[in-house]
Amino acid sequence: MFKILVWLAGTMVMTGTVIAQGKVEIDTSTWSTQPGVIGTVLLSVLVLVVLAYLMVVRLNKLMNVSEKVKWTNEREDLKSDLINLEREEVDELLERRKKAGLYRLRGNEIGGELNFKDEKGLIRKITKSPHNPLVDDKKSGKLKVETDDRLIRLIIAYVVAAAFWLIFGTLIGQYLGMKFVWPEMDQQPWLSFGRLRPVHTNTVFWGWASLGMLGLGYFVVSRTSNRSIFSYKLGWWTFYLINACVVLGNIALMNGLNNGGGEYREYIWPVMLLFAIGLILALINIYKTISLRNTVEIYISNWFILAALTWTTVLAIIGYLPFYQEGLGETVIQGYYMHQGVGMWFMTFTLGLVYYYLPASLNKPIYSYSLGVLAFWTQMLFYTLIGTHHFVFSPLPWWLQTVAIVFSAGMFIPVLAGTTNFMMTMKGSRKAIEDSYVLPFMLVGVIFYFVGSTQGSFQAFRFTNYIWHFTDFNVAHSHMTMYGIICFFLWGGMYSLLPKLTRKEPNQLAVGMHFWFAFIGLVIYMFSLMIGGTEKGMSWVDGQPFIDSVRLMAPYWLWRAVGGSLMFISHLVFGYNLYQMVNGYRIGRKRNTKIVKVKKDEYARFS
Amino acid sequence: MLDFHKNHQLLLVTILTIFVVLSLFIAVFPAFQLQENNAPLPAEQPMTSEELRGMHLFISEGCVACHTQQVRGIEMDKIWGQRPSMPSDYYYSKKRMDFWRQSPSLLGSERTGPDLTNVGQRQPGDQWHLLHLYNPRSVVEGSIMPSYPWLFDHVDNVREGQIVLEVPKSFKAGPGKVVATQEVLDLVAYLKSLKQTSIPVLETTFIPAVGKDQRKGETDELLPDGAMVYANNCAACHQGNGEGVAGAFPPLAGSSIVNDEDPQVMIQIILQGYDARPDYGQMPPFADLLTDEEIAVLVNHERSSWGNNAPKVSTDLVRQIREMVNKTQK
Repeated sequence: MFKILVWLAGTMVMTGTVIAQGKVEIDTSTWSTQPGVIGTVLLSVLVLVVLAYLMVVRLNKLMNVSEKVKWTNEREDLKSDLINLEREEVDELLERRKKAGLYRLRGNEIGGELNFKDEKGLIRKITKSPHNPLVDDKKSGKLKVETDDRLIRLIIAYVVAAAFWLIFGTLIGQYLGMKFVWPEMDQQPWLSFGRLRPVHTNTVFWGWASLGMLGLGYFVVSRTSNRSIFSYKLGWWTFYLINACVVLGNIALMNGLNNGGGEYREYIWPVMLLFAIGLILALINIYKTISLRNTVEIYISNWFILAALTWTTVLAIIGYLPFYQEGLGETVIQGYYMHQGVGMWFMTFTLGLVYYYLPASLNKPIYSYSLGVLAFWTQMLFYTLIGTHHFVFSPLPWWLQTVAIVFSAGMFIPVLAGTTNFMMTMKGSRKAIEDSYVLPFMLVGVIFYFVGSTQGSFQAFRFTNYIWHFTDFNVAHSHMTMYGIICFFLWGGMYSLLPKLTRKEPNQLAVGMHFWFAFIGLVIYMFSLMIGGTEKGMSWVDGQPFIDSVRLMAPYWLWRAVGGSLMFISHLVFGYNLYQMVNGYRIGRKRNTKIVKVKKDEYARFS
Repeated sequence: MLDFHKNHQLLLVTILTIFVVLSLFIAVFPAFQLQENNAPLPAEQPMTSEELRGMHLFISEGCVACHTQQVRGIEMDKIWGQRPSMPSDYYYSKKRMDFWRQSPSLLGSERTGPDLTNVGQRQPGDQWHLLHLYNPRSVVEGSIMPSYPWLFDHVDNVREGQIVLEVPKSFKAGPGKVVATQEVLDLVAYLKSLKQTSIPVLETTFIPAVGKDQRKGETDELLPDGAMVYANNCAACHQGNGEGVAGAFPPLAGSSIVNDEDPQVMIQIILQGYDARPDYGQMPPFADLLTDEEIAVLVNHERSSWGNNAPKVSTDLVRQIREMVNKTQK
């Protein structure tokens, strides 16, 4: 703690010149040498490198050149051998080959004539297809996790509802993206852009990501505390309340009833109150579970999960209380709420999940507990203070803007700590990542955690704000983070957990499709908007007529729609995979639970 | 002592306390201070009930998703207002809407469409706003703003007092005549009320960033570009091709006033505005918005484009006409 405070003081002194100035000189002729711009370009290159690397690994398997060369050589060797043979030797060889060709296996060479019975249910899957590099089988997860049936039902309900909101929310997003290309697609009031945009954002935030996180979180807390969840009833209440919030909120938004337009705060307070109550119930539930844990130490994941629930409860209350929200006071709260909604809820909770699911998928411990703790405290100190960086140059107090910029730069510390921790955990596991259908999601999540968060810090600088603020660059950034980080981590967690609970694996070809469509779609999406956003910003700097900046975006908006379509298709595939994993498992709360005495051999099957 | 990893109670209390303290420091106290220490500018007008209803419609249709209302203290925002926005600018508009909804977020976060801080100054005519809301592409080719036809009625018989909109045929969304509803009239009243209250002392020195014009100004004299002045101020109504919109805005291409040897009437209209022809929308005055240099290059651009061919005018002539106009007005 002390070290952190010393560091903080140092940062404040170093940036003292910025604080002292009430004005800033901006010279756009040097834009290409600005640290914020250079940093962003480097980060973008990093994403492309990772994409290229993963594709090359895959393609390499597909077209293994050395394999072909070896085969050709052998064929040539055989040819020359044959030419050198005597006539009798050739006849003998042909005779032997003919015999071998007529030989047929009877099918009982190993097992004999008796019928085969797999009495202990050891055989799960019989593969007859030949080796195919494109759809090469990845390793199945270890299908053995003893879990309370009530917890499994709860988790499945959360994940299925989350997936529903993902598909619904991104269908809306897809529709909105197309409206940029064809503005007159419809003329219905409840489908108009202004009303649907908050439906898209709120659905994927409060519906998809929040439910997905909580579902995966209940398992982590129960598992690492080595006991069952404190109260399943509370878990179900949270589930009902959050879903009700999203349903009612969206109906209100489509009817033109919103809370005054603040981003992610569009649900009116009675609707958001449902979410807040759900959150408080989850907090009680998870805190109780942790306090009754059967371990001495609190696992690092639980620090993050507990903190996310605590902070977001405070956030929801501060965001909606009316005492200080008139005039520009509302805008101060908006900057705080909007950014902390992402930072203290989604980012913090998801990091908690990664600290469990990443090492669990690799079957090894997290690299450093201490780095996790450092990331935890710095996340709290820095992230809380940076919301106003969305209002740089605005009428909000200059000191508030400066604090936000300084601490945005400070965000490098938790981000580097987290990224290092995850990368070091994955170090030496290249084979494991290639053989797993879960870990590529985690890897992409980690890369975007680094790239997206660092880019956010760069964007906070005054110069980069000058060029990029108000442009589509921000839309690219929010998708890099909420999609690249949060969604990929959640998918990784879901693909890792659900087969262990339900003993059903998804079709691996479909998982691959989900991964590649989402990843390539996101890359197209973010690059089109980053390049277009920069051009737009430069056009404004040049003082071009505004409508020109709208026209110049047309091709980039088209590319955005292409990328968005790929992302949306991947969600449909994800929905199919989820169906494969939970099919046959009764979703929902079990009403009349009968206790059935399990026979001895059945018990052996499931333990 | 600090055994956070074993003591869940200590962990919870610590993270809660620190977060609440930080939040009070960064959000609640500054917000409270801004709410309390805020007064309207001397020249600022309170909102009428019509404008207030219009603002509520503006919010409920989600216009803030694409339109900001904040002029920033940097070069690129010069076109949106005379000075950067300040807290007082939002004094009347940012009151709690009702019991269910808090005070509106008007500053916005994205400019997919233009900033609206000063739109009432740039577009003071009803007709333009109504046509633009009915279908933006009928006045701004290339606009991607949604149409709002549900804010209008399509009727066969126009009742007395109803405002009829002359919509070009290809843009009509229904049969009969198009009339404005009270809702859209409220919205237009609100948009027209968006005019930046001026504070003369601050205007010239307030923009801190060093922009292209200032840097160039050090080396060579830079005259404004007539085509650009036209695009920023006139094209919204008279269109980029100078042909106007039939029934709403008269054409400049081939216009006898524009092609007149004597530019006096044309310059007077630009300075004072024009509302003599009932078959067209009203033209706002540009005397306060454009300098003599800008008007001169603009007039020359209009007199030499789209087949127009009339002699050029000088900045001096514009200055003389302005002085004359000022005298007659007094």
